[in-house]
Amino acid sequence: MIVSHPATLIAVILVVVATVAIGAYGQRFARTTSDFLVASQSVGPGWNAAAISGEYLSAASFLGIAGLIVQFGPDALWYPVGFTAGYLALLLFVAAPLRRSGAFTVPDFAQIRWQSTKLRKLSTAAVLVILWLYLVPQLHGAGLILHAILGVPAWTGIVVVGVAVTANVMAGGMRSITLVQAFQYWLKLAAVVIPTICLVAYLRGRTLEPLDTDWAQPGMGLGGPLPLPEVYSLVIATFLGTMGLPHVLVRFYTNVDGPAARRTTVHVLGLLGLFYLFPTILGLLSRAVLGSPGPNGADLVLLDLPTAAIPGLVGSLLAALIAAGAVAAFLSTSSGLVVAAAGVLSTDLLRGRVRDFRLAAMLAGIIPIVLALGTVELDITRVVGMAFAVAASTFCPLLVLGIWWRGITAIGAAAGLLLGGGLSLTAVILSILARDVFGDLGWLLAQPAVVTVPIAFATMVLVSLATKTRVPGGVDGILARLHLPASTPTG
Amino acid sequence: MLPAGPGMSADQPIRPKRVRVVLADRRPAPMPIPATSEISSQTDVGRLLVRGLIRAQLAAALRIVGIAVLIFGSIPALLAVFPALGRVLVLGIPLPWLVLGVLAFPLLYLLGRVFARQAERNEREFTQMVQR
Repeated sequence: MIVSHPATLIAVILVVVATVAIGAYGQRFARTTSDFLVASQSVGPGWNAAAISGEYLSAASFLGIAGLIVQFGPDALWYPVGFTAGYLALLLFVAAPLRRSGAFTVPDFAQIRWQSTKLRKLSTAAVLVILWLYLVPQLHGAGLILHAILGVPAWTGIVVVGVAVTANVMAGGMRSITLVQAFQYWLKLAAVVIPTICLVAYLRGRTLEPLDTDWAQPGMGLGGPLPLPEVYSLVIATFLGTMGLPHVLVRFYTNVDGPAARRTTVHVLGLLGLFYLFPTILGLLSRAVLGSPGPNGADLVLLDLPTAAIPGLVGSLLAALIAAGAVAAFLSTSSGLVVAAAGVLSTDLLRGRVRDFRLAAMLAGIIPIVLALGTVELDITRVVGMAFAVAASTFCPLLVLGIWWRGITAIGAAAGLLLGGGLSLTAVILSILARDVFGDLGWLLAQPAVVTVPIAFATMVLVSLATKTRVPGGVDGILARLHLPASTPTG
Repeated sequence: MLPAGPGMSADQPIRPKRVRVVLADRRPAPMPIPATSEISSQTDVGRLLVRGLIRAQLAAALRIVGIAVLIFGSIPALLAVFPALGRVLVLGIPLPWLVLGVLAFPLLYLLGRVFARQAERNEREFTQMVQR
C-alpha cells in the first residue's frame, strides 16, 4: 500500500476532468455518424500520429515495461522494441493499401476483398475477442492503481474507469476521442520525461550502478525455462501483432488518403521511439533504488520509485505526475478499444446510426467490465502481449496475404483465421487458467506466436491453393484499388 | 480556399462535397474504383502496369523487412552464442542496453522513412508512366 500524497489525488482528478472537458469540447463537432466513427476522415498526420500513439501507449507501456525491466533485465527491452517495430511492419504491408481500400476495420476489409459475409462475421468475432483481451488487463491495471493511490478496493477502480470511458465514448465517438488521445500522448510523455530527468539529476552515478550486476546481462528470458525461443516468440507477436489490432487499424481510416496514412505511421514511429527511451531509464532507476519489484508488484514499481528515491515533497509530486500519466494511459487506450468495439458492434449487429453507436458503446464497455471483475490479475504487459499474439495469428496473415497475394480465397482466409485464432486463444486462456499444469511448456502457452503465426500463414496459403477455382473474379480490380495512387490521372 | 470556379462568385462560400460514409454495407459493395484503375485493369497492358506497381511496392517492403529481420532477428541469437558481447561497454553502457534501449528506435524510424519515400517514388513513377 502506497501512502499517497494529496497531490496524487489532485493530479488524477485533473487528468480525468481534462479528459472529459476535451471530450466535451470535441463533442461539439461530432454530429454525423461519420464524425462518430471516423472523425469524417479529416484528421491530419500530425494530430493523427499523436492520437495513435496516445491510444497505443497503454498502461502496459507506461507502467508495465519498467516493471518487467526491473524483473527480467535487458530481455524485457524487447517489449518496447517490438511494440515500436510493429508499426514498421504495419507501414510496410498495410497502412496505405488498407486506407485506400476504404475499410474501417478488418470485417470491412474482408467484405471488400472477398465479398464474403461469412468471413466478415468470423472477422467480427475475432475483432471483439482481441479488443476485449486487450481491454480486460487495462481495467485490471486501473483497479490496481486506484487501489494503490486511494486505497479503494480494486473492483471500484475497474467499474469507475470502465464506466467513465464508456460514457465518454458514447458522448463523442471518434471525433472527440482523437483530441483526447492526442492530448494524452503529450501528457504521458511529460509524465515519463520529467520524473526521469529529476531522478537522474538527483541520483547521478547511482543510475548506472545496476548495469554492473548480472541482472544487466541478457539471456534471462521472461521467466520461462527457454529464454531464446521465448524472446523470439515475443518479437514475432509484437512485430506482426500491431497490424492486426483493430483499434489501431480503425485510426488509419481517419487519414485523408494512402500517402497520408504512410506519413502518419512514420510519425508514429518517431513519437513511440521518443517515448520508449524513458521507461527503460525508469526501469534502471527502479532497479538502482528499489532493488527488485517492490511490495506492490512489478506493475507498480514506477509509483513506488519517486518517493523511495527522493524523500519529501519533490518525490511526492513526481509520484503524482506518474500516477496522472498512468491514469491517462488507462483512459486513452480503453477509450480507443471501446470506440473500435462499438464501431464493429454498431455496424455489424445493429443498423449503424448514431443511436446504435451509443448502444453499442455501452455493450462494448460493459462486457469487459464484467470479464475484468470475474478474472484474476496478471502482469498487465503479459496479457497485452497475449492480445498481440492472437492478432498476429489471425489478422496479420489475413491482411498481408489479402493485400499482396491475388490467390488467397475466402475459404483459405477463414481456415487460417479459425486455426490461428483458435490455437492462440486456447493457448493464452490455458496459460491464464492453468499455467502450472503444463510445466515447461507454460511459456509457450503464454506466448504462442512462434508456433501459431506460421500455422496461420501456412493454412491460409495451402487452403487457398487447394481452392484455387474460388479466387474472386474481380480480384485484379480490387488489388488495383488497394495499390494505385489516388492521383492517377484519368486518360 | 479553393479558387472560385466559373459561374461561382468568389464571396460565395464553397461547401465541401458531401461524402457518404458507409461502414459495413452488407450488400456486396459496388466499389468506386478510380477511373484509371478500371482502364488499367481492363486492358492487358494496364493489368501488367498495375502488377508491376504492386511488385515494386512489395519489393520495397521486403527489402526493409529483410534489413530489420537481419538486424533485430540476429541480436538474441548473437547474445546467446557470444555472451561476452553483453559485457562490452560503449560509453559506459553495456552493448545490449545501448542497442535495444536507445539505438533501436532511431533505426526503426529511419527504416520507416526510407520505405515511405521509396513507396511514394514508386507511385510517382507509375503515375508518370500512365500519363504517357
